[in-house]
Amino acid sequence: MTYLPPETIHGAMFDTSELVINMGPQHPSTHGVLRVVLRLDGEKVVDADVVIGYLHRGIEKLSENRNWTQIILLTDRMDYVAAATSNVGYCETVEKLLQIEVPRRAKYLRTVLMELQRIASHCLWVGTHAMDIGAMTVFLYAFRERELILDLFEEFCGARLTYNSMRIGGLPQDIPPGWDKKVLAFCDVMDGKLDEYETLLTHNRIWLERTKGVGVIHGAEATALGLCGPALRGSGVARDVRKDEPYAAYDEMDFDVPVGMAGDTYDRYLVRMEEFRQSLRIIRQATAGLPEGPIVGKVPRLIKPAAGETYHAIESPKGELGYFIVSDGKSTNPYRFRVRPPSFCNLQALPRLVRGHMVADVVALIGSIDIVLGEVDR
Amino acid sequence: MADAPEHAPRAAAPSGPTEPAPPADAAIPAFVTSLQDNVAGSVAQLSLYLGDWTVIVPASHLVQAAQYLRDAADCAFDYLSDLTATDWPPRAEARFDVLYMLYSTRHRHRVRVKVKVAEDQPLASVTGVWPAANWLEREVFDMFGVNFTGHPDRRRILMPEDWQGHPQRKDYPLEGPGELLMENPIDWLKLRQSRDEADIE
Repeated sequence: MTYLPPETIHGAMFDTSELVINMGPQHPSTHGVLRVVLRLDGEKVVDADVVIGYLHRGIEKLSENRNWTQIILLTDRMDYVAAATSNVGYCETVEKLLQIEVPRRAKYLRTVLMELQRIASHCLWVGTHAMDIGAMTVFLYAFRERELILDLFEEFCGARLTYNSMRIGGLPQDIPPGWDKKVLAFCDVMDGKLDEYETLLTHNRIWLERTKGVGVIHGAEATALGLCGPALRGSGVARDVRKDEPYAAYDEMDFDVPVGMAGDTYDRYLVRMEEFRQSLRIIRQATAGLPEGPIVGKVPRLIKPAAGETYHAIESPKGELGYFIVSDGKSTNPYRFRVRPPSFCNLQALPRLVRGHMVADVVALIGSIDIVLGEVDR
Repeated sequence: MADAPEHAPRAAAPSGPTEPAPPADAAIPAFVTSLQDNVAGSVAQLSLYLGDWTVIVPASHLVQAAQYLRDAADCAFDYLSDLTATDWPPRAEARFDVLYMLYSTRHRHRVRVKVKVAEDQPLASVTGVWPAANWLEREVFDMFGVNFTGHPDRRRILMPEDWQGHPQRKDYPLEGPGELLMENPIDWLKLRQSRDEADIE
């Protein structure tokens, strides 16, 4: 038998070429209407092109034609799994433009609501992320606890998803009697449930195999790419707007900012799991120290900020949520309304993260950067 | 005219943002003086409003100033928070303000860089300085039609690829263009002009 070098056999038997496949916009693991065009070499991803805009509703343009109060309800529709956070970000920006002081009680309640929202958003994230990778049980557990938070929000403002729960200068209404006790009771329940999630995932061999070393990005590169929130902290950059540029009542709260080391999917998972516990810590402090007093500051009847422009950022569950608003001082609507969407900036890094990984890792990485398409597309 | 647009007559559009100069007793931050000293002609104007410092940079000095702001030790603006634009149609010589919200993860300070550009004036892309600018510049191009040069992938991002017009411009109708614009932009323009004239009478 004559000897043939392996490369000749290979060349004769296989005709290799790159394969372009389309994932989405209707795909269960893209968390909405995200379309990714993947270029594959066998099972490996050579390049990815992210196509967005399927949920674009022109919220920025709409807001420039609504009055200042009506916009609060449009901000609900951006990050619809953390609507209260978007509300607070917008209201605080307008308060900054109006230069009005918010009462301390309102600041504390905003902090409680935002942290509840962070837990709800992270519950949704851990459930869907685990389900994308194949751990179905976590999804059911996490949604069970998210339901408890939605019940708390329903009791507070009557809505379960799009709350419209803030007003410029404070809150629309005070909390119902006994609500703070229920929040504390929820914190005690949640503590035990977090251990349950961690039992299912943190040391699970399959989970480790699927997440360790997947989508590694180092701190300097993550900063340059504009990653924010847990995705940036997973790479070891201790950047948290709550600590660096405190807003609401965060300067009076005692909490830690967890950071990862490896910058892979597993570290981003660990960072978010620790954020659950830090959020519970903040909620306990804010609820225990809840000051008495009014819930709305001195707001003019006609909201018409003086001409000027400002940028204000808060830490949403997904990362730095910024508002840039320009007022012309004459009309009752903003001249320019711009949102810095954290999901949009995080999604930008997806092609960089998936390059060189398997097709199956693409869904793990989409889950790992935690996007909401309502906010990406606006 | 039965189908005349029902919007109320508007006050004259503002011709630009207020850019209040910092008060005489305000301490100018080190990153501003450092930029002024090391990149000649890079600070055309300085503004302070509600604690936000804004540096207005001529379009010709943008990339040089951006590079300096990122690399110099006392600036270290390594994080591009946001990149956006505002449209001021009455300002014919420089219709758009392009804004760069910068943040330093080392010093934890912020600055806003503003560049004024005319409608067709090319503006150098800063993707080489901050890769984060990639999608943000695509969005500004999509929404305002600012002409970025040297961008690696200048396509529309939120609107469909064959879309006509730039929706965030102030003269773009809120209700959208309707089908006429998509099919025949010249007829659409004629119709709009005739409507505008009817409005004036």
